[in-house]
Amino acid sequence: MTIQTSRRNLLKGIAATGTALFIGYNTNGILSHTIANAAEKSDLTPLNPFVKIAIDGTVTIILKHFEMGQGTTTGLTTLVAEELDADWDKIAIEFAPADHEKYKNLAFGAQGTGGSTAIANSYIQYRTAGAAVRALLVQAAAAKWGLKPKDISVEKGMVRAGDKSAHFGELIADAAKLPLPEKPTLKTADQFNLIGKTELFRKDNIDKTDGTALFAMDVKLPNMVYAVILRSPRFGGTLLSFETEKAIKISGFLNAKAMPTKDGIAVYATSTWAAISARKAIEAKWDNSKAENRSTKEIGKTHLETLKKAPKLQARKDNDFEKTNAAIASASKKVEAEFLLPYLAHAPMEPLNCVIEPHDNGKVTVHDGCQFPGLVHPTVAKILGLKPDQVEIKTYYAGGSFGRRATAKSDYATEAALAFKLQGGKKAVKLVWTREDDLAGGYFRPMAAHSVKIGLSDKGEISGWNHHVVSQSIVKGTPFEKALVKDGVDHTSVEGLADAEYEIPALSVGLTDWVSPVPVLWWRSVGHSHTAYVKEVSMDLAAKAAEKDPVQFRLNYLKSGNKDQKRLAGVIKLAAEKAEWSKPLPKGWARGIAAHKSFGSYVAQVIEISSNDGDIKIERVVCTVDCGVAVNPDVIKAQMEGGIGYGLGAVMRNQITLNDGLVEQENFPDYEPLRINDIGKIEVHITPSVEAPTGVGEPGVPPAGPALANAIMALTGKPLLKLPLNENGVDFA
Amino acid sequence: MSVILNINGEDKKVDVPEDTPLLWVIRDELNLTGTKFGCGVAACGACTVHINGKPVRSCQTNIQDVEQSKITTIEGLSGEVSKAVQDAWRDLNVVQCGYCQSGQIMSAVGLLSENTKPTDQDIDTAMQGNACRCATYQRIRAAIHLAASNLEA
Ligand code: FES
Ligand code: FES
Repeated sequence: MTIQTSRRNLLKGIAATGTALFIGYNTNGILSHTIANAAEKSDLTPLNPFVKIAIDGTVTIILKHFEMGQGTTTGLTTLVAEELDADWDKIAIEFAPADHEKYKNLAFGAQGTGGSTAIANSYIQYRTAGAAVRALLVQAAAAKWGLKPKDISVEKGMVRAGDKSAHFGELIADAAKLPLPEKPTLKTADQFNLIGKTELFRKDNIDKTDGTALFAMDVKLPNMVYAVILRSPRFGGTLLSFETEKAIKISGFLNAKAMPTKDGIAVYATSTWAAISARKAIEAKWDNSKAENRSTKEIGKTHLETLKKAPKLQARKDNDFEKTNAAIASASKKVEAEFLLPYLAHAPMEPLNCVIEPHDNGKVTVHDGCQFPGLVHPTVAKILGLKPDQVEIKTYYAGGSFGRRATAKSDYATEAALAFKLQGGKKAVKLVWTREDDLAGGYFRPMAAHSVKIGLSDKGEISGWNHHVVSQSIVKGTPFEKALVKDGVDHTSVEGLADAEYEIPALSVGLTDWVSPVPVLWWRSVGHSHTAYVKEVSMDLAAKAAEKDPVQFRLNYLKSGNKDQKRLAGVIKLAAEKAEWSKPLPKGWARGIAAHKSFGSYVAQVIEISSNDGDIKIERVVCTVDCGVAVNPDVIKAQMEGGIGYGLGAVMRNQITLNDGLVEQENFPDYEPLRINDIGKIEVHITPSVEAPTGVGEPGVPPAGPALANAIMALTGKPLLKLPLNENGVDFA
Repeated sequence: MSVILNINGEDKKVDVPEDTPLLWVIRDELNLTGTKFGCGVAACGACTVHINGKPVRSCQTNIQDVEQSKITTIEGLSGEVSKAVQDAWRDLNVVQCGYCQSGQIMSAVGLLSENTKPTDQDIDTAMQGNACRCATYQRIRAAIHLAASNLEA
């Protein structure tokens, strides 16, 4: 988007309040500011701001990260409000437009949200913006009142000195004439009023409880056409022909057109229901010669067979399989296991959708719960043959994502743009996915098979660990390949394992890529979603063979004193203490522990279960997390609770299976989400820390599955090597 | 076909194919978008509305069947039970993505209107049809207890 357009957007936004002060980073990444009024647009310095202060004192924070429930509306706002000493209840929020330079994620250099980076990459940036504005307002007040800056105080949106006071808006005209401090002083931790405080209400609390929160699914425009796509039922299938004879009888059906990508038919109608109904009436023929026609039974079997061969890729620099195998061969005890974990769908609560709206001047607006403007924006522009500045992205609340909304191809925005273009490009088109589309639509967490061979000395110490992962690469062949593939190894296939914190002697980790037309994708916690399960269940199998306590056994491999190991050991000890690990449980009850570092954060969980006639019930989850400075403790707790629930539901009973290439799960009844009655109490304990903040959206997920499996294994003694758990004959109450 | 539906206290005339589920009338025709589409098969609860005060999945409700009924959506909630539930939801920061929450709140208001002091068990039974992919369950449970105790006070 050009400066021109963004400026106009800004002005639209402030028209109601007139003049405002804008503070943001210019294209050189330097903080700058300008005062603007809708009536004087010609004088504007081009700027997409981070903070706006209106003449009435209202502070608006512009969020470069979207909100999918992870709490960024609250988190980024906290960072600015803290340094600015603004009044929490009077801050407004806005999602940023597409501006790849100014709003880029500093963790990956493109505008987008993911990898649990939102707070980590914004921590200094948003605070600095807030601090600079505060310093500016203080200077303005000092000059106005003939005082020194040190005599001025700021609290809850008010600037004061003695009997003088002004709200922020009263100072912006003066502030605009002063230079912005380049390196404003940030508060020290002991000066924080908002960061680390539990009592802050979420910024999205009100509109998400009265029905007014807007999701892209809620967009309705004049003359809008509704579209659903009849996709190839098999991944990689191409369209041969289709018949609309029956669809024509459906009231509201408009027409149907083959997608230029040959993988689907766009079905247009005057309402969502008519589009869904018409699609059911269309008959299509597909060419499956290049499609995935296998069943997951067979795919799983070949994954397991591949495990037995030598790995194609070396996932650790110091891999030495000969040495590892020799150490295991001479060990006094051995643990051997083969794991198979299924494809998983993300199933965010809001089915995917996207609206493309044309304007008279040839521009278009993309209405989307947009996770990755850095990809969606150029993709849509290219499809529509428009210049980047002719495409505007309007970001809405996203009804969950868990990774699904960030695809290298911007898949659903691409579909929407193609469907819009096919329909003539004159009318707004709303593309809607149904839940059936969501489960059958691919972009799954890849299937993963692991083989583990562990040697144990007569003292019960690990002497060697041979690990082979077989899984489909998520990033190969995408723009993310360059950053995430090293020496042929897709890091996301082995993360958390090849670089595990445990000090394991003679550890070798190999990887073999699986190749299939099934589209795969990061699923909340990415590779950690399978590596943590295998690593942590294997640790319990090894502890059992060594006749050691699982907590003590883990701590034995975290003794070197480096910070990483200390922090992981810290959360394990805290979890064991809070869960009263050594306290005996009633008969039929058991506990399991798992710990894992991901996205820079350390999480340990102890899960307590009971069994009633063999039916397992999750009674209690104790979770400890060390994520550096806890910016919003309550949001962190919520993310742990949610991550645990997300991980447990999947491990208990979720899998996507194919039968001759056809996805067998149709809707929630066959892909049953975790329900309220599935889970007891979750307690979250945050380790106090002064380290820079790290991720919280994903790190709660990885330990949940293995902690549950370890609890069940403690009760039944049966290893749980295949997921979901109900496939192992585990029944849940 | 043309039907008159009483929604949030007002009679609304709509002209839609007769097989259109109530959900899509509410969303696409009446623009009351607080009621959500999550599955379309009565398996997630995102589309929950009240029919004569009782929680019902609107995605599986025939419009002919509710012509004589009082339909309430999240936008039309009123009264002390609704207020107590919404306040408790805000006090405990229940929401995450928020997409399921209209449905959760409609079910919770339905529960508390019938049972002023629900146990955990009662809550689990009443709420298990409302899926939350963000897994906000333990806060939902706590918020229902909080609303119940605030109503009692
Ligand atoms: S949309 Fe009605 S229950 Fe899911
Ligand atoms: S809050 Fe996201 S689905 Fe419930």
